[in-house]
Amino acid sequence: MRRLLQALFFAVVVRPFLALFIGLRVCGREHLPPGDPFVLIANHTSHLDTVALLSLFPLRRLGRIRPVAAADYFLAGKARAWLSRTLFNILPVARHRVTRGNNPLEVMRAALAAGESLILFPEGTRSREGEPGRFLPGVAHLAEACPEVPIVPAYLVNLGRSLPKGTFLPVPFFAEVRLGPPLRPTGTRAEILIALESAVAALRDAT
Amino acid sequence: MTTPPMTPVLTMSAVVLGLLVLSTLAVWLLRRWRPAGSWDELSARVRAWWVMAAVFLCAVAVHPVVSLVFFALMSFWALKEYVTLLKTRPHDHATLFWAFAAVPAQYWLVHVKWYGVFIIFVPVYMFLLLPVTLVLARETKGFVASASQIHWGLMAFVFGLSHLGYLLQLPALPGRGVDGRALVLFVVFVVEMSDVLQYVWGKLFGRHKVLPSVSPNKTWEGLVGGVLSAALLALPLRFLTPFSPLETAFVALGVCIAGFLGGAVMSAVKRDFGVKDFGTLIPGHGGMLDRVDSLCWAVPLFFHYVYWAWY
Repeated sequence: MRRLLQALFFAVVVRPFLALFIGLRVCGREHLPPGDPFVLIANHTSHLDTVALLSLFPLRRLGRIRPVAAADYFLAGKARAWLSRTLFNILPVARHRVTRGNNPLEVMRAALAAGESLILFPEGTRSREGEPGRFLPGVAHLAEACPEVPIVPAYLVNLGRSLPKGTFLPVPFFAEVRLGPPLRPTGTRAEILIALESAVAALRDAT
Repeated sequence: MTTPPMTPVLTMSAVVLGLLVLSTLAVWLLRRWRPAGSWDELSARVRAWWVMAAVFLCAVAVHPVVSLVFFALMSFWALKEYVTLLKTRPHDHATLFWAFAAVPAQYWLVHVKWYGVFIIFVPVYMFLLLPVTLVLARETKGFVASASQIHWGLMAFVFGLSHLGYLLQLPALPGRGVDGRALVLFVVFVVEMSDVLQYVWGKLFGRHKVLPSVSPNKTWEGLVGGVLSAALLALPLRFLTPFSPLETAFVALGVCIAGFLGGAVMSAVKRDFGVKDFGTLIPGHGGMLDRVDSLCWAVPLFFHYVYWAWY
């Protein structure tokens, strides 16, 4: 039932909104893996980021694609929690008071092992449009723990102008999703982190 | 008569269809005669004209409400292309929201034919409102630039283009069988033909640049040839207007020159933004703004002439 609601929401609300209101352009769609699991990483400037990235997939795949989201924010309040779980199928992870039982790394690894794909914003929070965000080390831990899972870098342009942090009403700007070829980085965690960060930065600097 | 006559729409559809067939044929012949030449852009442009003509004629023919929604979407899209290229500040968010909210408001005023408010809503009320929303954002750095740029876009692409809607709503003139819809067809056809013919004349004979620092593609040969031939083409379309022959020529020349100036203004805007096109909506042409730039200047002038002289 939840998945049906999500598919309906994306078909009736999200896709027309992105096509007509935002005018979203997608570059490099061919880099999206045809099967699960994979990890899609991107810069993060807006709540629209998750919406735009989920919209790249056919409706029937949505059930297996989990945006990794901060539990303290997205599960705060009944309505928000219901929306986050139903319409966006989030994978809630703890940002504070991390214990062995709710370790985000384990939660993500379990989802990947179960054949689900992740959408992950390695900056850990929303930054300002155009400002380079630094990745938190979590993504490197994940890449090291699951070396067989491809990581697809993405850069989102202008969504942070449409709905920046702290605002509630979207303003239309033409936006773009740029996707890069899947990576399977190796090396130390620091090297992995740099490789992933520079893959996203390269998409930002491409025109 | 309660329903407006369909004859002007049908006649113009036939004229446009003929021209499209002719130009498609011309491109095909050019490809055969000079296979070495690069005809892809020309070919893309002609193909896009088929789509644009079909969409526009349908939007104008079906129902006035459909036409207004279509014009409102044109304004919305053009304004979006403009603000995307603007260097907006995070503090402009609410102001931009209100600027976009003005699009449905302005076209609603057109729909209810509230002339007194239609003509001052953007120039007065939005002009007063937008800086206030900027004040509420509490950031003074870049204040004047934001206030001016956002209102400028609203004036050009929402206020200016919405005159097309009000023109469409003008009632039939007694005894002349001419209504607002025929006038819309007239001005849009003449201005767009002027754009096309300026391009053609410029490509064929263009030597001396008019505004080299603004738009390197605009030449005196293109300007004079295009404007004159478009004005000449307007004469047989006098049945769409209440004008005398001399008046038709005078008005057509006026709107073609205004259209040229509108195009030149938008070229300067593009130069300032450092882009070649405003968008990618129309293959071979660029964005919405690249196609309606001349209308933003020609239509308000045409409207106010007609409104003053005939209503």
